[in-house]
Amino acid sequence: MSSPALMTSPNQAAATAAPGAAIPPSRPEFSARAARWFRLNQDRLRALLIGTASLIAFLITWHLLTTYRVVFFVKFTNVPAPLAVYASFTKAIHDPKFLMHILLSCRRIFIGFSLAALVGVPLGLIMGRFKLVHEIVFPVAEVLRPIPAIAWVPMAIMLWPTNEQSIVFITFLGSFFPILVNTLHGMTLVDPVLVRAAKCLGARETSIFREVYFPASLPHIFTGLTVGMGVAWVSLIAAEMISGQFGIGYFTWEAYSLVQYADIALGMIAIGVLGLGSSLVIRAAGQLVMPWRSR
Amino acid sequence: MSHAALETRQGHIEVRNFALSYETIDGAVEAVTDTQIHVAPGEFVSIVGPSGCGKSTLLNAVAGFLKPTCGIVTVDGNAVTGPSAERGMVFQQYSLFPWKTVRENVEFGLKMRGMPKFERARAARTLLGLAGLEAFENHYPERLSGGMKQRVGIVRALATGPKVLLLDEPFGALDAQTRIIMQQILTNMWQRLKISVLFVTHDIDEAIFLSDRVYCMTARPGSIKAEIQIPLERPRQQAMMMSSEFLALRRGLMSLIREESLKAMGGEITDLGMQGLSIELQGHSIADIL
Ligand SMILES: Nc1ncnc2c1ncn2[C@@H]1O[C@H](COP(=O)(O)OP(=O)(O)OP(=O)(O)O)[C@@H](O)[C@H]1O
Ligand SMILES: [Mg+2]
Repeated sequence: MSSPALMTSPNQAAATAAPGAAIPPSRPEFSARAARWFRLNQDRLRALLIGTASLIAFLITWHLLTTYRVVFFVKFTNVPAPLAVYASFTKAIHDPKFLMHILLSCRRIFIGFSLAALVGVPLGLIMGRFKLVHEIVFPVAEVLRPIPAIAWVPMAIMLWPTNEQSIVFITFLGSFFPILVNTLHGMTLVDPVLVRAAKCLGARETSIFREVYFPASLPHIFTGLTVGMGVAWVSLIAAEMISGQFGIGYFTWEAYSLVQYADIALGMIAIGVLGLGSSLVIRAAGQLVMPWRSR
Repeated sequence: MSHAALETRQGHIEVRNFALSYETIDGAVEAVTDTQIHVAPGEFVSIVGPSGCGKSTLLNAVAGFLKPTCGIVTVDGNAVTGPSAERGMVFQQYSLFPWKTVRENVEFGLKMRGMPKFERARAARTLLGLAGLEAFENHYPERLSGGMKQRVGIVRALATGPKVLLLDEPFGALDAQTRIIMQQILTNMWQRLKISVLFVTHDIDEAIFLSDRVYCMTARPGSIKAEIQIPLERPRQQAMMMSSEFLALRRGLMSLIREESLKAMGGEITDLGMQGLSIELQGHSIADIL
């Protein structure tokens, strides 16, 4: 067994390990590490810088358009100025009612979206693996999918005993189909060679599902979750505007009826920030469960 | 291979009266017919043949992915009915799991067998050391070069201690230099582990350099055209590729393959006809046809 004919002589091992030299050696000094971090993240820092500048330019343009009440095809006469919106923002954050609107919307999103993910992902995985389930579920899904969640509002009100439930249901519907479709798509793209490789290594059906199909579909599942989260907010706001008594969508619509123009913009910005925040959460979760994809 | 064959009693591949056709809209496509091959325990056997002659088909049948239309494949007397960990396979395409690190990839087969985490990590490290990959155990495959990926693929296939190792043009995508290093790594691992190897390639030098025996296949439908013993001594050195013995074997195999490749490209074409082909086709010059 102790054959000396092993090819990987120290020299050769060193030669093949050479590319690894780019990886930090034992304990690099802090400043060298910082410099490297800076170099590797150059593009991101640049994007951050330009992005901030662009946001500031947007605010300045908004400010100018509203202070001079520009009328050029569109009328900026009644549009609130950024400072007015900021004033109503400082007032709103001390107002428990405003915070409750936001909290309620977040709760609806959380419940509706979580349910959609809990049903959509497993269903997509199973449909991708078992032809019969696919054949049964797919036609129904294809018929229901093109119906926008907003079109479900009257039906949802009839279906569910409380308003709250029907709004959550609409949020669920909005995110369900993107999640299902993307998961299914991910399953169809699984590289068959990987499945074969797993079989050659002694993997059985359940192991193949857990170790190959599921991780291979994860990138598409997360695409579905991101898209689903976006649609969930769209659906939620529409539902709240039509049938709600609470929620940030209702707040925005109410502000219009009460001629509180600054609050309209505040509501819109709140929706935008919440939508952005929730998709960041999903992105972070994606990087956490797919460490092989982050460089 | 003298003592290797004596020490091992396992890994005897036997393919008898083998034929396999694919079902297509246009009817059955006969990929392989009337083929007999065998690999003795501990032997290194290659299959060479022109493109499309059914080498992969034959290998996939031995792996258990395809059922023969006719005939039987056995390993140590047991008929092959499906893929199993006793037959390790290395694919032409890179087939590492991208979501597993190098070590997790190597551990996969052991995990499937239920080996505890700590033990399999140790086993994987030992094997990676043999292939000079210990520095990369925590890397994801995406960050490896092509040669490293195939090395990990080989190590992964060997980790479960299979009786036989099947390789389908594993070095096809690598450059000449890397290929030679890989060949030596493969020979070394084979000599240490003393398992049977069935190796598919279309590179004649590679087949001679690695093998105890080489099967040469005919154009489609593939069958065995010739079986050539490679009496070169072991361990083999790269310098042997210049020896007159090597070159004679090479010439012999080359002419066998050449004949079949020409057939595969359209009927029986003689060398003379081949010369004509490059200038004229059925009386038209190439320029007319294009
Ligand atoms: N799924 C399939 N359906 C129909 N015909 C197939 C299928 N797979 C392979 N064939 C045909 O069977 C023949 C043998 O294919 P195979 O892949 O075994 O060839 P090969 O010798 O491995 O070729 P190469 O060296 O190019 O990889 C080819 O002519 C191919 O067209
Ligand atoms: Mg092939």
